[in-house]
Formats: sequence, structure tokens, C-alpha cells
Amino acid sequence: MASAAATPIPAPAVEEWTLPSRGRVGVLALILTESAFFSIFVAAYVFYIGKSLSPPYPRDVLSPPIVNTVCLLSSSVSIVFAVRALRMGHTRVFGMWWLVTLALGLEFLAGTALEWHRLIYREHFTIATNLFGTTYYSLVGLHALHVTVGLVMILIVMVLTAGGHVTRRDAEHTELLSWYWHFVDAVWVVVFTTVYVIGR
Amino acid sequence: MEQEIALTAVDDQAALPLVGRLHQWVVTVDHKRLGLMYIGGGLFFFVIAGLQAVTMRLQLAFPDNHLVAPQVFNRLMTMHGTAMVFLVGMPILTGFFNYLVPLMIGARDLAFPRLNSFGFWLWLFGALLLYFSYIGGDGLYGAGSAPDVGWFAYAPLTERAFSRGNSTDYWILSILLTSVGSTATAINIVATTFSMRCKGMALGKMPVLVWLALVVAFLMLVALPPLSAAQAMLLLDRYLGAHFFDTQAGGSAILWQHFFWIFGHPEVYILVLPAFAFASEIIPVFSRKVIFGYHVMVAASCAIGFISLGVWAHHMFAVGMTPAGNAFFAASTMLVGVPTGIKIFNWLGTIWGGKLRFRVPMLFSLGFLFQFMVAGLSGIMLGVAPFDWQLTDTYFVVAHFHYVLIGGIVFMIFAAIYYWFPKATGRMLNERLGKWHFWLFLIGFHLTFDPLHFAGLHGMPRRIYTYQPGRGLEGLNLLASIGAVVQALAVLIFAVNVLYSLANGEEAGPDPWDAWTLEWSTTSPPPEYNFAIEPEVRSRRPLWDLKHPEDPDWQYE
Repeated sequence: MASAAATPIPAPAVEEWTLPSRGRVGVLALILTESAFFSIFVAAYVFYIGKSLSPPYPRDVLSPPIVNTVCLLSSSVSIVFAVRALRMGHTRVFGMWWLVTLALGLEFLAGTALEWHRLIYREHFTIATNLFGTTYYSLVGLHALHVTVGLVMILIVMVLTAGGHVTRRDAEHTELLSWYWHFVDAVWVVVFTTVYVIGR
Repeated sequence: MEQEIALTAVDDQAALPLVGRLHQWVVTVDHKRLGLMYIGGGLFFFVIAGLQAVTMRLQLAFPDNHLVAPQVFNRLMTMHGTAMVFLVGMPILTGFFNYLVPLMIGARDLAFPRLNSFGFWLWLFGALLLYFSYIGGDGLYGAGSAPDVGWFAYAPLTERAFSRGNSTDYWILSILLTSVGSTATAINIVATTFSMRCKGMALGKMPVLVWLALVVAFLMLVALPPLSAAQAMLLLDRYLGAHFFDTQAGGSAILWQHFFWIFGHPEVYILVLPAFAFASEIIPVFSRKVIFGYHVMVAASCAIGFISLGVWAHHMFAVGMTPAGNAFFAASTMLVGVPTGIKIFNWLGTIWGGKLRFRVPMLFSLGFLFQFMVAGLSGIMLGVAPFDWQLTDTYFVVAHFHYVLIGGIVFMIFAAIYYWFPKATGRMLNERLGKWHFWLFLIGFHLTFDPLHFAGLHGMPRRIYTYQPGRGLEGLNLLASIGAVVQALAVLIFAVNVLYSLANGEEAGPDPWDAWTLEWSTTSPPPEYNFAIEPEVRSRRPLWDLKHPEDPDWQYE
């Protein structure tokens, strides 16, 4: 310890101290790790384009799901409106835009389900058919799984909103959920480009 | 004042009966308890996987030996490798980060305590699942037992046609679970370091350990998903008839190798960077000097993190990549040696001119410095593609990576345990037993792994259960096996030391090493809330400032 004779030097005051919210950092970290996960499936898809040893080939059975894509991308806009409304305290407006987001997401999921139903039952094309089936169902299915998880969370918030439990204080939580939803949409842009544009 | 308040912390847990206290450990979300459970669990599997290694060494002690059957040997080899990476290295290192990061940045817990607890229990049950395979691996086919496909599980050997029963499924599922647990920890550490630092602790004032924890967390976020993704693909192959790695349907076995090593090489750095972190805290304290080149140290850590993502295919020189591919990965492998070399010089610069105290943590750190340098040099040798073609899949490779994993990482884990044990338990580990532990382990380590380099140069392939006499391998292998027994003896002494010191160790007090980082400013063990008053920090050595108000560090930084 310091000797009694030594004179302490007065410490300077610590300046103003603000740090980012842990929720935001946490969700960004989650998005980073999810991106790495998706990129491996995309890499596998690209690597196996044109390597199937037997038909059907993408051009025979796939058509770009334009309506689905428009719906999913619009849901990213509606969720922004929802969060903005909640931040200003307009709970009713929030509930309306949130419902729109939910409906658009459900439309996307239903569209994927119909596409898969057609492929499996009419084209007899499954994950075991060839390399195209293997990579197509796993990549599109992985994305659909993320859409489902997002929709479950959106539905929970919807139920809470209907019960009157969502207030201005929850703006950050809904915003974090919207970040995840934007990520799911961004992944769809990559999946769409890979599967329906480059791969076809 | 602040110190006095913190030092009068009360432990209200002690009054509970035994079942109540155990229950507290199960339901806890405290980063310190979870950290200790990670470390304890890791040490438990260290003993099991270590005994499996000793069994393999006994089998290889003599030519044409028949201690274990070839099939048993394959399982031993796979389980030893898998367990040492995912059940020993990962939990012990994340356990230390769990314990230390909040204490070092003056926080009361990690950012998401419940997520932390979730991650731990996922890890624990994933780990138990791996060893349960010895019982459950038979499955419905009555074929298989524990996994026997090697820790990197190369396709297409792992496909349904070649790997019957459920052994490979146990490998996939248990590692998937532990990876998700590690990802949870990584998210937690990133959020904690960015959002929970105490007043005044700018990023540039964090201890080097916290910086390295951050780099490791980022590596985990980016490098673990490729493994999980590849394992998910393998499951699809095995159960839904997909063809990712099915070569008969046009699938690629090489693709698995790429995916595995995109994870596998950063994984090496996920394991070794924590060892660097411990060294960067311990060496300055026992040299009585500030760490040499803090900023360069941090920059080198980040550089290692980036470059390590681009070197993976140096594990694949022998599969026949293009010359351009070989050249690229050889060059990037050379490049990663540069920041690593910078670190070694920084530690030497810290020791240079210091007032060295040769206590057990410092002894292990010095062993680490020398051995890690040798490991780095043999790594550079293997990074030269033609040299690798000659020595790929020989014991030279085995000796090289055990120099990294034991000579580097395990030595630093022991150093860290001796250094932070007083903080976690309030008692010092016995110095005399510690020195026995160190010297025996050092001798055993070199007896085992120095000769194996030469066995490899003589052409002894790895993953064989026995070899023939008269090829110049007998003496080297016998030495290696004796060394394994000596190492086991040293670990036994360590176990005795821990048990003895827990009950009879010297009282440590809050700051037994006269150290400088925040964890030493609170009681040993710290109260559940860590700090009664949130600390304020002005330099990289806040405790030095407190002890030397006449000459504080912030004047110079």
C-alpha cells in the first residue's frame, strides 16, 4: 500500500457513460450466428447446382413464387409501421399493423406449403429423389422453419396485444422481434436468388 | 471505502441443509456457479477421456499388443478426440470466461443469466448423451456401440450404409446440443462485454482476457454453425434419404471435409485463444510488470480471429485440391503465424526485466510459452503443402496438435486453476503439491510427445491399433506410453491437491497475488452480487490505482 508520506494524485471524474442495450447486441449476435448457419446451406445448394444425376431438374418443376415473395417483403414494411406506432404510444394502430404482418407471414407459409404439396404429390419429387431435391427441400425448409418460429413469436405478441398487455414500454422488445423478422426476409432474398434465379 | 463494504459480504447459502444447497446449484443463474459447474464438468470428462488415452497408449506400448480389440480402439480414439474438444476444452474455457468476464469488467452478472443456465444444462445433457452411446448405440439393429468414425467423422463412412446402428447419431446429436449451448454462451459474452461494463471501462481499458473472450465469442458465433449445419445435413442423409454426402448419387465426400474444417480450424483458435488470455493475465502479475504492448496484443488477437477463418483447407492438402487452392491455404497458414509470433514476443517483453515470482501459475505459463512456440513451429512445417503430403496422417501430426492442445492449452488451464482457485474458493492450492504436479506433468508430456514426432517421421500412421516389430518404432512408442502414465500420475496429484486444499488450504484473502484487475477487489469467494458498489475505472489496472494513489496508472495511459 502507499506510504503515508506519498501524496495521492486526485483522480479525474469519469465522464458520461452510456452503453448499447444488451437486447440489441444479443439479437445482432444471434443474427450473425444464424447467417453463418444459412450460408453453409446456401453454399451446399450452389455447389450442387447442375450436379443431379437424375431428373427432375429445377427448370422442369420450379416457378418463381412472386406473390409469396411480395407478401413476405411487404411484411417487413408493415412491421416497421407497427413498431413506430407503438413507440409513439398508438397501441391500436400497432395492433392493426401487427395483424397485417401476421397475415402476410401466414400467406407466405401457406404458399410454400402449396408449392411443396404440388411438388410431392403431383411431381413425385422429394428430398430423396436427387441432389436437387436434397438441397432444395433443406434450404427452403430451413427458411420456412425460421418463418414459422417468427410467426409463433408474432402470434404471441398478437395475443398479448389483444389482451391489452402491450404498451409503449414494450417498443424495444417488438423492435428486436422486428429485427429477427427483417433477417428472415433478407435470407429469403438470398434463397430466392439462389433457388429460383441462379439455380434455374 | 468501496472495498470495505464489498469485503463484509455475507453468505446466506451456508445455513441451508445439504439438499437445499444442492438445489441452489441446480436452479442457479449466477455466472460464478455456472462457471464453476462448467469447469467441474469439464474436469470430470478430462479424467474419463484421459483414461481412454492412457488405455490407447498401453495398447500401443508394445508391437502386436492385444490389450484392446481393433474395434474398441477405434471407439476409444473417436471418443477421446470428441470428448477432449467438446466435453473438456470448450466447457472449461467457457467456464472460465463465464466466471471471470463479469468480475473483470465490474458487472454483477452476464447480460442474460437465464440463457446462460440454459446453455449449461444443454451442454451437460449433450455431454452425457455422448457417453450414453456406449449403452444406447446398439439401437434397433444390434449393431454399433460408441461412435467409431473419428472425431471429424469423414463422409461417406458416416452414411447409413457404412455406419449401422445409432453410434453416429449419438455423435451428431450430442455435439449439436453442446454447440447450441456454446452459442448461447457466446451471445451472452458478446452482449456482456458491449453492454455491461462498469463506469470508465472503455473498450481500450478492458483486461486482455476480456478482449480475447470477445474474439473467442465471435469465432464461436461464426464457426460453430458450419458444424451444426453439416451435422443437420448428415442427419437428413441418414434418416430422410437425402444425398448431401452420398457419393453414389453425385454427393461429395470432400464437401463434408470443407464444412467440417471451416468449423474445425477456427475451433483450434477457440480453444487456444483462452490459453493466450490466461497467459496475458498471469505473466504480468508474476513478472510484476504491466503487459508489454497492450494495443498490439489486442490487435494481434483480432487479427488471429480473422485470419483463422481462412486457413481451414490446410487440413486437406492430401485430398487433391488445385495448386492454387494449396498455395492459398499454405500462404494463409504462414500468415496466421505472424500475429501469433507477435504475442509470444509480447509475453517475452513482459517477462524481460521483470521481478519474476516462480509460483505454480507462472511455472505452468513458462512451460506453455516454450511448448506453444515449438507447436507453432511444427505447425508452420505442416503448413508447407509438400511437407504435409509426406507426413499427413502420421504421428507427426498427432504430436504437433497435442503440443498445441496439451503443451499449450492444458498447461494454461492448470495455470489458470492455480491462479484463480483462491478467488473461487477462498483457499490457496498447496504450493508443494503444485510443484510436484508441474514437474511430473512436464516430464510426462515431453516423454510422450517428443518421441512421437520421430515416430511420425519414421512413417508411423495415426489411428492404427497396433504396429509390427522391427521398424524402429518400439522404443519411441514405449517411451510415449511411459510418459502417458507419468502424466496420469501428475493429474492424480493435482486431484489430491484440489481436494486437500479445499478443506485445509491456506486462507487466501481477497487478493493473494497482489494483482491488478477488478476480480481481486471483492471477497474470495465473491458474493452473489459481485460488487456491493459498482466500481469506477480509470486505467487498465484499477487495483493498482487503488493501492498506489500517489502513482496511478491513468497518468501514463
